Amino acid sequence: MIKTEHLSKRYEALTAVDDVSFEVRPGEVLGFLGPNGAGKTTTMRMLAGFITPTGGKASICGHDVETDTLAAKASLGYLPEGAPSYGEMTVYDFLLFIADLRKLRGEVRTRRLAYVIGRLQLERVLAQTIETLSKGFRRRVGLAQALIHDPPVLILDEPTDGLDPNQKHEVRTLINEMAHDKIIVISTHILEEVEAVCSRAIIIARGKVVADDTPQGLATRSRYHNAVSLRLENPAQLAAARAAIAALPAVAEVEVVEREARLTALPKSGQTVLNALNELATRQGFKLEELHLESGRLDEVFRTITV
Amino acid sequence: MGIVLRRELASYFATPLAYVFILIFLVLANSFTFYLGAFYERGQADLATFFNWHPWLYLFLSAAVSMRLWAEERDSGTIELLLTQPITLWQAVLGKFLAAWLFVAIALVLTFPLWITVNYLGNPDNGAIFAAYVGSLMMAGGYLAIGSCMSALTRSQVIALILSVAVGLVFLLLGYPIVTEWASAILPQAVANGLASLSFLTHFEAIAKGVIDIRDILYSAMLIAFFLLATTVALDLRKAE
Repeated sequence: MIKTEHLSKRYEALTAVDDVSFEVRPGEVLGFLGPNGAGKTTTMRMLAGFITPTGGKASICGHDVETDTLAAKASLGYLPEGAPSYGEMTVYDFLLFIADLRKLRGEVRTRRLAYVIGRLQLERVLAQTIETLSKGFRRRVGLAQALIHDPPVLILDEPTDGLDPNQKHEVRTLINEMAHDKIIVISTHILEEVEAVCSRAIIIARGKVVADDTPQGLATRSRYHNAVSLRLENPAQLAAARAAIAALPAVAEVEVVEREARLTALPKSGQTVLNALNELATRQGFKLEELHLESGRLDEVFRTITV
Repeated sequence: MGIVLRRELASYFATPLAYVFILIFLVLANSFTFYLGAFYERGQADLATFFNWHPWLYLFLSAAVSMRLWAEERDSGTIELLLTQPITLWQAVLGKFLAAWLFVAIALVLTFPLWITVNYLGNPDNGAIFAAYVGSLMMAGGYLAIGSCMSALTRSQVIALILSVAVGLVFLLLGYPIVTEWASAILPQAVANGLASLSFLTHFEAIAKGVIDIRDILYSAMLIAFFLLATTVALDLRKAE
């Protein structure tokens, strides 16, 4: 379990992390969201034992990060921001170095090396020095390094940054596979990632936790939760359709994208508009190219809470 | 610690720079001995002309060895990777320092042809030569510890180099007659003596003559300990910047 209580980090003029408390249990994948400079990386660095908190406490699997640092670090796999590694080393030597630092020996070391190399598809580049690798490969080497000792807790700072869509998918699959028995914390500013892998999301802004919810829960906070989006076959009907929809009692607001002949009807709080809209379209003879119900837009929620 | 040391030492030899460094060290050591030090002309079977130049040789060369120790880790961000492994800061600092020291020791050992030469030409006091080698190695340790601390203060290797040379120069010059005379003229004698006793030179001169005084060894050991401690403090304060 990861536990933080009133965790804070103050620099002279700046409070980077301000009274952050949360718990993460096995099986949870926590997404850490926030604008750049909100304190995501600082929080993760404190959990990883790289920087010391100025206030509050944090513990990894019961080991306090300040007083029982080595045990806390030992139960943790950590991918620092930007996935730094020693450029002049070959991938294999680097992983061997980390395996040694992680005190893996003999048969276990061989098995774990083989596992991470296979899992992150590093066979092809084992003998290459890391500085010659592409960004995607470097990130995978960083992930391999974090996984090599099979830690119960994983903290990954922007694990998919710089990866192409296939590699992103691969990393998300990996995270999902590991999710059932590990505690995983990832930071990201890619919101689709939260929906793809996280069971819970914490949004922080200016060092404070401003939301702590499931991705679905966050989405319901959106103005677009239960909104209905439709596209007309005949753009000429746009003005008429807009007026008719806006007149529906459950509709709070209508947004129009003229270029696509798209209308989005936002419901009044707690009400639904799908059925009413459907009936309206049939009654008035609007031909629809597309009609769908939105669950809510995370990016919009994100902006509303963090700005 | 051994794991950190091994990686660090291997990384020195990962680039041709290590070989270039050793080559420069050997060329300078030899040319100082033979030309500036007039090894043959003195007609004495000892290595005094060789060891007398070491304080100056190390001033620049050990700074070049130590400049990357922490500055590079900070610049590339690997410091975060290293210090989140289950090792203590002290193990990391010591491991890296020992790797640099071992590297200089390798360069120093490679000056053995000089020792063979002087034994071929005459009958030197090999005990004294051995003592001087030990003294030289201890002095190198002092310079490297200073360099380690300077390297921990910055993420630029060039700045680390310049700082190391500057601080090293202070420690070197404190023992030069011109400085010690000036110091005893304007400062109380005890302070002047104290300053002079901080210098590499004061402690190295005796040992270079073959006299191993436990105080000189202790001085080096304390200097190294002090600057390594300062390295850990500097890292603790500034590692995340």
